[in-house]
Amino acid sequence: MSDLQDEAPLVEKSEKREPMGVLFWVCVGWIVLNVFGAIFANVLPLQNPLYQNYALVNAGPSLHHLLGTDDLGRDIFTRIVYGSRVSISVGVGAMIIGFGIGAPLGMLAAYRRGRFDAILTTVMYVLLAFPAIIATIAVLSFWTPRSLYKIIVVIGIASIPLVYRVIRTATMAVATKDYVTAAKVQGATDRRILVKELLPNIAPIGISFLLIGVATVIILEGALAFLGLSVNPPTPSWGNMINESRTVLAQNPWLALFPSLAICLFLLGLNFMGDRLRSHYDVTEVKL
Amino acid sequence: MLIGIVFVISIGSFYLIHLLPGNPATVIAGVGATPEYTAKLYKLLGLNRPIYEQYFIWMGNVLHGNLGTSFISQTSVTSVIGAALPIDVEIIVLSQIIAFATAIPMAMRSSRRPDGPLDRVLGASSFTLLSIPPFVVIVMLVLLISIKLGVPHTGPSSYVSLGTDWVANLESLALPAFTLAIGSFVVYYRVLRSDLIATLQEEFITLARSKGISQRRIMWRHAFRPSSVALLGTAGVNIGGLLASGFIVQYLLAIPGLGYTLITAIFNSDYLLVQGIVFVVSVGVVLINFTFDFIINIVDPRISRE
Repeated sequence: MSDLQDEAPLVEKSEKREPMGVLFWVCVGWIVLNVFGAIFANVLPLQNPLYQNYALVNAGPSLHHLLGTDDLGRDIFTRIVYGSRVSISVGVGAMIIGFGIGAPLGMLAAYRRGRFDAILTTVMYVLLAFPAIIATIAVLSFWTPRSLYKIIVVIGIASIPLVYRVIRTATMAVATKDYVTAAKVQGATDRRILVKELLPNIAPIGISFLLIGVATVIILEGALAFLGLSVNPPTPSWGNMINESRTVLAQNPWLALFPSLAICLFLLGLNFMGDRLRSHYDVTEVKL
Repeated sequence: MLIGIVFVISIGSFYLIHLLPGNPATVIAGVGATPEYTAKLYKLLGLNRPIYEQYFIWMGNVLHGNLGTSFISQTSVTSVIGAALPIDVEIIVLSQIIAFATAIPMAMRSSRRPDGPLDRVLGASSFTLLSIPPFVVIVMLVLLISIKLGVPHTGPSSYVSLGTDWVANLESLALPAFTLAIGSFVVYYRVLRSDLIATLQEEFITLARSKGISQRRIMWRHAFRPSSVALLGTAGVNIGGLLASGFIVQYLLAIPGLGYTLITAIFNSDYLLVQGIVFVVSVGVVLINFTFDFIINIVDPRISRE
C-alpha cells in the first residue's frame, strides 16, 4: 500500500480530486451562521436571555417565542443563541491553546528527530495515558471560582498531547519526502522548510483534526455543565440548558429538545466538514 | 515502560489533592471544630511532613494494597473501589458486546460494495450518531422511555447487583450500556469498514476469489483477520477512554460505579478516595492499552517482527 502512494504522481492526484459537494458547503454555512450568532448575540434583535416572564412559563413554540419558553419563562431561542457563545468559545479557545503549543512541538519533533523527539514523545505518551477527562474534572472542581477562561485553559492544556501526536505523525509522513530533501540540498533554512514545505502539506490534516477537536471539546464542555463545573447559571450554555431541562422533562420536552438539536447540528456540521476535508486530502485511504 | 508510566501516574494522582484549596484537616474536622483539634488532626494525617515524604508513605501503602481510608464514610478506599469497579467492568463489557455485534457485520456488508446504497445509508447514520453527545442520548432516552411510553423511569436506587437478580441487573444497566455502545459502534464501524475496503483490494483476496472460495469464508478468514488489527488497536484506546468517560453516563443515571463515586467524592472533597480512584482508573487505562497491544501481536505476528 505504501509503495503505491509513493509512486502516485502528485499532479494526477489533484486532477482526480472531486469537488467538495453541496453538503460540505451547507455545513460551512451552518457553522458560519452559528459563529455569527454567537459573536453578535447582543447586537441582534433578540430578547434578554435572563428576562423571566412568569406569565408565560413552559410555553411551546409560538410566533413571539420561536422555540417556546423555559420553566422560568425565558425565551429558549435567545438562550440557545447566547448559549452558543460558551460552547463555541470553549471549543475554539481550547483548540487554539492545544494547537498553539502542541502543533509546533509535533512538527519540530518529527522534523528534527533524535533525542529531542524521543524525550518529548515519551513525555506526551505518558501524559496521554493519564485520563484527560478525570484530570480536567478534578482541576476544575478544585479551582474556584470557575470562569470561562479557566475552563478554556484547562481543556486546552489537556489537549496538547493529543494534538502533538496527530501533528507529529502527519509531519513524519511528509518529512522524508523528496521535495523536503530537495529543499535541504538547495540550502533552505530549517524555518523555511518547516513553514514553506511542511506546513502547507500537513495543513489539511491539521484543519480537519482541528474541526473534530472543537467538536470533542464542545461535548466535554457539555458534560462539565452537567456536573455543574462549567459556567455558572443563569448564564446559558447548551450543556446547562439541557441539564436544567431534566427536572421539567415531563412538562416541557421542548426545553430538552431544542438545545439538544442545537448542539447535535453544530457537531454534525463540524464533524462532516472535518471528515470531508480529511478524505479529500487523505493519502492513506484508498480512492475508489 | 509500563512501570515508568505507572510511576508517573502515581505522582500525578498524588499531587491532585494538593490542588485543593485549604487543607484536608479543616475539611475532616468539620465546621465547628476547635483550632487545637484541627492542628492535632493535621499532625495525625502526616500533613506536616514534606510532600515527597507524604508521597513515599502513600506509595508504600499502595504497594501493600492499602489506599487509605475515606474521610467521609470512614471505610477503606480499597473496599469502596472494590464495590464500584465491577459495575464499570460490567457496563463496559455489555456495551462492547453490543458495539462489536453490530459494527462487525455491518462493516462487512458495507465494505463489500463501497459507496453502494447500504454503505451510504450506514455511513450517514454512523455520522449522525457520532454527533450526538452521550448526555443528549440519555436525556432523549429518558424522555422517550419515561414520558412517551409511560414507563416510569427507574431512577438512581434501581441498580441491582449481578448476584442478587441477574435479570433486574441487566435491566438496570441496559441504558448506560446502550448509551456507551453507540459511541463505540460508530468508531468500530468506521475503522473496520475503511480497513476492510483496503484489504479486499489486496492480491490474496483476488487469489482466494479465483480459487472459488465462498464470499463468507473470504470475508471472515481472509479479510477480517488482517483488518481486525486496526479494529483491536482502536478498541484498546476506546475501552480505556470508556473507563474514564463512562462516568458522565453513570452520574446522570446515578449508577454507583467508579465514575459516580469519583464525582461525589470530588464534590465532598474526599481526598483519599479521589486520589485512589484516579490512580486505579489511570493504571487501568494503561493496562488495557498494553493488553490490546499484546493481543494485536498475537493476531498479527508481522507487527512484532517489524
